[in-house]
Amino acid sequence: MRVSRLWWAAAGVSLVVAVLLGVALGPASLRLGAILADVLQTVSPAGGEALGDTQHAILWQLRIPRVVLAGLVGAMLAIAGASYQGVFRNPLADPYLLGVAAGAGLGATIVIVFGRLDGVSLLLPAAAFFGALGAVVLTYLLGFSVSGTSTTATLIVAGVAIAAFFTAIQTFIQQRNAEALRQIYTWILGRLGTSGWDEVLLVLPYVVVSSTVLLIYGRSLDVMSVGDAEARVLGIRVSRVRLVVVIFATLGTAAAVAVTGLVAFVGIIVPHTIRLLVGSAYRSLLPLSLLFGASFLIVADLLARTLVAPAELPIGVITAFVGAPFFAVVLRTSRGSIG
Amino acid sequence: MSRFPTCLVLGLALVATACGGATSEDATDAVGEEVTTTTAAPASATAGPATTTTVAIAGAEFPAIATGDNGAVEILARPEAVVSLSPTATEILFAIDAGDQVIAADSLSDYPAEAPTTSLSAFEPNVEAIAELGPDLVVLSFDPGDVVASFDALGIPTLVQSAALSIADTYEQMLQLGVATGNRDAAAATIKQMQADIDEVVATLPATDEPIRYYHELDDTYYSVASTTFIGEIYSLLGMISIADGAADLNFGYPQLSAEFILEADPDVILLADTMCCGQDATTVSERPGWSNLTAIADGSIVELEDDVASRWGPRIVDLLAEVAAILVATSEAG
Repeated sequence: MRVSRLWWAAAGVSLVVAVLLGVALGPASLRLGAILADVLQTVSPAGGEALGDTQHAILWQLRIPRVVLAGLVGAMLAIAGASYQGVFRNPLADPYLLGVAAGAGLGATIVIVFGRLDGVSLLLPAAAFFGALGAVVLTYLLGFSVSGTSTTATLIVAGVAIAAFFTAIQTFIQQRNAEALRQIYTWILGRLGTSGWDEVLLVLPYVVVSSTVLLIYGRSLDVMSVGDAEARVLGIRVSRVRLVVVIFATLGTAAAVAVTGLVAFVGIIVPHTIRLLVGSAYRSLLPLSLLFGASFLIVADLLARTLVAPAELPIGVITAFVGAPFFAVVLRTSRGSIG
Repeated sequence: MSRFPTCLVLGLALVATACGGATSEDATDAVGEEVTTTTAAPASATAGPATTTTVAIAGAEFPAIATGDNGAVEILARPEAVVSLSPTATEILFAIDAGDQVIAADSLSDYPAEAPTTSLSAFEPNVEAIAELGPDLVVLSFDPGDVVASFDALGIPTLVQSAALSIADTYEQMLQLGVATGNRDAAAATIKQMQADIDEVVATLPATDEPIRYYHELDDTYYSVASTTFIGEIYSLLGMISIADGAADLNFGYPQLSAEFILEADPDVILLADTMCCGQDATTVSERPGWSNLTAIADGSIVELEDDVASRWGPRIVDLLAEVAAILVATSEAG
């Protein structure tokens, strides 16, 4: 089924508009004209300052990296969610399925509680990243130990078990160190607020590599959607594809989660919404998820920092508040199937 | 599990002892001289002198009726085995000369150094573990739901003093602890001394046309305080106003600000209350992307507070005030 060109155009336009809005609006009042002049100047230097020093710093050190980070993370979570849904043939799959969230949460909790004196900012992303990866590795080991090959059901259940275990440890540590609760909770709700270019550079390679690999496997996911046995007959090495997709989706998700915390809903709502509007062909679903996921999170982050300005809302709250009703509306009004 | 029978026996012994004496249910029958204490109505302190509290002391000290969040508490005799589950209460008790009556303090009570810190938890008090120590007064800042009721059943008086919302609250809590431990005079004297110290510190400040705008950082994700909070009131005494005031309404006084806003607001003073929890100091703050442009960093008007001093509402608020005032004086002298 071919996706109409309109949808591609819409995806591109939404991303551009989201970026423009994200850069132009925010708690600090920067005039759009001055912003444009400043951007042009940075690209091709000319005389005079379009924005004052502080405002220039706000634009280039805070706002633009934040918009870029939101785009990268949103894109990664959406494409990872779509891939997981394809590879597990499960509409409830999201990037945190195999214990990524629990593992990252545990890593972050350990660092926040025990690594306090050493300056949390360096250790935290690494701990979250390796926690996430560790959880998925354990899930796979557990799944393999049950049956020789990995079936979807076994993996999902193993993922639930590992997630429950890690969450239990995290809860225990939180309980014993109640004074760190606010920090841990803030991290879990997801936050793009403390970003500079460092975090963008940290995430960028993972997102680029993961997305590229996942896009390549789009066709295989389409074939796998008819079932494992049928896919094997058609020449797809199902276990191998599943393993590769899970590895790269997890790598990208772990990197995203490591810098921004657990941003919920993006990975499940964006692919579903696109599926309802456009259709379930993964060949096109994956790239569209990439683009719309980026736009969605950029706009969500914009709302998070402007709705109650100068205070901020955690981005997880926005994605849930905005995403869930929107998804309900799309579900009711469309004639597509979730499949 | 062999400790369990011991706990049971101790618990029963305590209950038996408590039942032998007057329990809180007999409060209405207790004979004792009524203690009248008068407290001047607290005025909200904004860049002015501190509130005054007057205490009238009459008659015998015990039985005493102290007032906490859990209502009126009757204490029949001078407590000699006080257990404090609140770091602030521990500080207050030692400041009002009740330190030798304290037998145990919770794990977070690290000041003063001679406080008998134990592994008791302030957030999750284990009633049995506390009862095992044989207290005759338990002071809490937070009751998870069953602690006061459990101690009532055991006949041990408890006093709940939650976080102060104003400096007047602090003075009131000090007074009540003085009443409860039989150190009313010492409590009144400490309060007077604190008021005098605060007035002295405020007097050293240079006159300013505009209020000094500050950003008080609670952690490295930019949680801040508004002027309506307890610590905001302390800063108001120094003529300071928080940049977070516009964001206070939805956030009960503790909004999470965005970095953009802080940069644009360009506070005159930055106060870091996350030096211990999150490893922040003047250097790490100036290294944040875009922060080096701030006036406060260029002037060196960054105050590194100890997390504990900034989050407790006990006698050390005077130290906090003095530390911040010193920075303000130094900054204004520098130009």
